Amino acid sequence: MSAEPIPAPPLFGFFERIGRQALELFEEIGRFFYILHMTIYWTFRRPFDFKEWVRQMVRVGVDSIPVVGLTAMFTGMVMALQTFRGFERFHAESYVASVVSLSLTRELAPVLAALMIAGRIGSSLAAELGTMRVTEQIDAMYAMATEPIQYLVVPRVGATTLMLPPLVALANGVGIFGGYAIAVALLGANPVMYWDRTFQYLDLNDVFSGLIKAAVFGLILSVTGCSKGFFTTGGAEGVGRSTTSAVVMSSVVILVSDFFLTKILF
Amino acid sequence: MVVRSAHADGEMPGTAGTAPKIAVIDLWKSFAGNEVLRGINLQVAPGESFVIVGGSGAGKTVLLKHLIGLIAPDRGHVIIDGEDLTNTEPARCLAIRRKFGMSFQEGALFDSMNVFENVAFPLRRHTRLSEQDIAARVRECLDLVHLEGVEVKPTNELSGGMRRRVGFARAIALQPEILLFDEPNTGLDPITGAVIDSVIIEMREHLRVTMVTITHDMKSAFRIADRVAMLRSGQIVAVAAPDVFRSLSDPYIQKFLAGEPLEEDVA
Repeated sequence: MSAEPIPAPPLFGFFERIGRQALELFEEIGRFFYILHMTIYWTFRRPFDFKEWVRQMVRVGVDSIPVVGLTAMFTGMVMALQTFRGFERFHAESYVASVVSLSLTRELAPVLAALMIAGRIGSSLAAELGTMRVTEQIDAMYAMATEPIQYLVVPRVGATTLMLPPLVALANGVGIFGGYAIAVALLGANPVMYWDRTFQYLDLNDVFSGLIKAAVFGLILSVTGCSKGFFTTGGAEGVGRSTTSAVVMSSVVILVSDFFLTKILF
Repeated sequence: MVVRSAHADGEMPGTAGTAPKIAVIDLWKSFAGNEVLRGINLQVAPGESFVIVGGSGAGKTVLLKHLIGLIAPDRGHVIIDGEDLTNTEPARCLAIRRKFGMSFQEGALFDSMNVFENVAFPLRRHTRLSEQDIAARVRECLDLVHLEGVEVKPTNELSGGMRRRVGFARAIALQPEILLFDEPNTGLDPITGAVIDSVIIEMREHLRVTMVTITHDMKSAFRIADRVAMLRSGQIVAVAAPDVFRSLSDPYIQKFLAGEPLEEDVA
């Protein structure tokens, strides 16, 4: 026998939904910068946990070599094939090498490596910290007067940021080799000439800007993964949600920030 | 509806003149418009075993987490040894927190570490003990909770009762002044639950600490408590020594003790 609910005015639900989503977005951004700020704050405070840093660097760096290498290898091979077919039409086959090396170092290696690491590491960071959150392990750290940001987040973010540039450097090398192999073995390019052209138009600047991008992407994906995990609520389902959205969000942010970084760096 | 018992309510037993170890003053907290704590006042004497009972959703865990500063209140104060935990700088807050040991509902053991590393964790973080001394201290803590030969076991191989006890051992590793227990025997069979209670009583005798326990298990509450407080809908409705508490005439408390449903819940 309860009173009839007052009918909502037309379009009310629509605006409410927009408002709620806008608030959620701002909360998300707020959490990201909170974790980023606290990570920087706690990075330079004792105690320093070198063992944990090394462990995380192995996890992010060494263990990612196969997947990053494979991605770069095939990207280089495809680049050589595609540009060859295109350049053939106006007899510019000799420039295939330059296009492959430039596009790999400036763009493809950093972005593709970062996306692979976002899938491999960003998701596992969110799942790991999310599980620790819902099983009260993070509360237990606070209770033992240990700052979980310092103990858990700092080494993970630090290791990812430091390891992405070397991984991208490796991807550059492997990708260029992949292109070379295809061009020489399959398309009949002159090996010496191809090798020359690879480096002819390549600046140190191209390589460095790619490595800077890589470090920024590493920071973005690890902070996103950690903040998603750190603020997980709602049990096992919540952990699943955090993991998925960590990968989706960091991938999107990597692609968007790639544009702005490119604009700034070149 | 506050039941004033014969055993003084606001005042602590046999502690005239001594300052309380823990004082909670007019504590309010709400989550997303839902008021969980509505003006909590309580005091715990040094060395006392204080047990807070209440139904699911009464706000017990939220209250316990306020005591150690894991949750900040909307309003009110938590005072530990005369220092206001709700109103201090973060560094001091960490220092105050070191006076506490806390045992969590499911143990909250670090699953990336084995039993030994779990108990050693606070020692490694906060002391400069040698590995030998740490090993000795871990052994000592595990002895106190009657666990043997489990040091190298991964935590996911432990039973529920063992997880709680490893949690206890970890909580006492740094020799805290205050121990907090969050539902120490929830989800355990009655016998294991009784074992956990006796471990708690033994720990108290050995360590001479102040203890605050939350539980919905009245048997366990009466076994370990000096005073029992009843929390209902975010308010303390009664505080009394176990003997007095049993005979309180409040209908809710009587139903709670008998394990019967309330009319309003059935209707």
